Amino acid sequence: MEKFEKLQGIAAPMPLVNIDTDMIIPKVFLKSIQRSGFGVNLFDEMRYNRDGSEIPDFVLNKPQYRDAEILIAGDNFGCGSSREHAPWAIADFGIKCIVSTSFADIFFNNCFKNGILPIVLPQEQVDVLMADAEKGANARMTVDLEAQEITTSDGVSIAFEVDAFKKHCLLNGLDDIGLTMEKADSIKSYEEKLTAQRPWV
Amino acid sequence: MTAPKTLYDKIWDAHVAHEAEDGTCLLYIDRHLVHEVTSPQAFEGLRMAGRKVHAPDKTIAVPDHNVPTTAGREDPAQMTEESRIQVEALDKNAKEFGVHYYPVSDVRQGIVHIVGPENGWTLPGMTVVCGDSHTATHGAFGSLAHGIGTSEVEHVLATQTLIQKKSLNMKVEITGKLKPGVTAKDITLAVIGETGTGGGTGYVIEYCGEAIRDLSMEGRMTVCNMAIEGGARAGLIAPDETTYEYCKGRAHAPKGAAWEQAVEYWKTLFTDEGAHFDKVVTLRGEDIEPVVTWGTSPEDVLPITGVVPSPEDFEGGKVEAARRSIEYMGLTPGQKLSDIEIDTVFIGSCTNGRIEDMRAVAEVVKGKKIKEGIRAMIVPGSGLVRAQAEEEGLAEIFEAAGFEWRLAGCSMCLAMNPDQLSENERCASTSNRNFEGRQGYKGRTHLVSPAMAAAAALTGKLTDVRELV
Repeated sequence: MEKFEKLQGIAAPMPLVNIDTDMIIPKVFLKSIQRSGFGVNLFDEMRYNRDGSEIPDFVLNKPQYRDAEILIAGDNFGCGSSREHAPWAIADFGIKCIVSTSFADIFFNNCFKNGILPIVLPQEQVDVLMADAEKGANARMTVDLEAQEITTSDGVSIAFEVDAFKKHCLLNGLDDIGLTMEKADSIKSYEEKLTAQRPWV
Repeated sequence: MTAPKTLYDKIWDAHVAHEAEDGTCLLYIDRHLVHEVTSPQAFEGLRMAGRKVHAPDKTIAVPDHNVPTTAGREDPAQMTEESRIQVEALDKNAKEFGVHYYPVSDVRQGIVHIVGPENGWTLPGMTVVCGDSHTATHGAFGSLAHGIGTSEVEHVLATQTLIQKKSLNMKVEITGKLKPGVTAKDITLAVIGETGTGGGTGYVIEYCGEAIRDLSMEGRMTVCNMAIEGGARAGLIAPDETTYEYCKGRAHAPKGAAWEQAVEYWKTLFTDEGAHFDKVVTLRGEDIEPVVTWGTSPEDVLPITGVVPSPEDFEGGKVEAARRSIEYMGLTPGQKLSDIEIDTVFIGSCTNGRIEDMRAVAEVVKGKKIKEGIRAMIVPGSGLVRAQAEEEGLAEIFEAAGFEWRLAGCSMCLAMNPDQLSENERCASTSNRNFEGRQGYKGRTHLVSPAMAAAAALTGKLTDVRELV
């Protein structure tokens, strides 16, 4: 997995609440057996007309946000299905950080597996970042994971919380499976206990 | 004496294989269910790394999302090229990695969350995961069950564990009795209407109270299925005699002495007196009405006797979301919900594709005809549900009324197979999500119970089922 350390980039505002995984990547694009190539269909039904032409009003189609790397989003972002195609599409588009007042649980976990940093902040602070993002391409934010701090284009600093283990994995681009396999003895002894105590499992 | 524990605490504690100092745990997984859409990249990951499936005997695979539901579906021409590739990839992966498998040709094939319980894979006190958010369904057995992403599918395949931190405890109590015409689907939608789609975020819900106890296993599965729509990681219901009765004799349930031993353990699975819940929501069963959704979020719930709201009825970000929903749904604020005309009825899904749902529909439509011009489809949740419905004579009732009686699969719940809505087509659906485009591009979904869907099929509009029975 790609490391996430420090990011300076354009932030795009998406204030709509309850943006669900069907909006992020409609199911017609879930038929691939690959992990890559979903970026072009990110937010497909909001981003394109039926004939494939772009909807100019959609934020990521506006010239100033086409290269956005940060998303400032409305509450409950990523609700709905468990499809990891959603963070795959987001990462494939080039977005590496999402800020919202809350995220759906499975989506939140999926982000960390794909080098994306989801940040939860109180409404007032999301409002500050949303206003900054509205300024367009000149408003470049900095997200520093090590320092757990976002800095707006005006130099306003906002601290954020992140789970220590998830931070460690993101900073170092670590593969979860490799880490867990180091604990194979614990899993083996659990399985021995399980066979004795709950043999029907 | 140890501190009183919730049901969730007990199941969690029984599955921690390793705990780090910061509370990050390796949670052991008893059952891993797999379907064709979220697994190909995970199996490919194993292959690339030269890894095996750690516990193939605890891994159960079945194709469901993509499969056609019409006769002759063994013919690859019925699927799009991409769907066929996904189903074939699952065929191949199941064989190569040696996991339990129900192919399309097997009568036991069906929606993964119906197949698991039906065949006795899902049992009380287990941890159950699947690369599908509606894994919450299995919580009805008092098992800790939730959806995971594909990276986590790969992690479970390789290690039979998940890296997890514990969620908070939430209690949802439904007191008293339900009124006639009110079902498990109305309970679960009413709860989401109360808490919002983000209300359960960070929590595992335990549903309890008399109205929950009174439900069959099928009804309990419907309630837990939509815990995810309330944002919760999982929904749970403590096992009881109803649960044991359902499990007993199922193909993969324990037998003989092992059964006795299992039941003895299951009887310890309840929330202790005085255990702490971080959040409590209580609804009176008597207050719940048959409900419908009017918008594009499952929290957009109102009694069928209500009217379409106005965006100004809401606050904050929901004002814009409601405005967008009402426009998308082609509705007018103030319009009576029971005046909304529909084009299509879809009955099925992991929420409402079980035998009890089929019976509920038959009760409403028996001896009647669906309204002319309405497209109405019933998709049983599994081949076994289909066989039972045929044996009970329900299929004849459906076909006589004018319904299409299909083969098992996810079908129009998410429209990954050919069963889709067209633009602006309006559907009364027993599924779980009314998101934009969920049942087809620009399709319009109203979530309802099976009885309400049946009523809508007869009248051609959203209808209070209590007026028909």
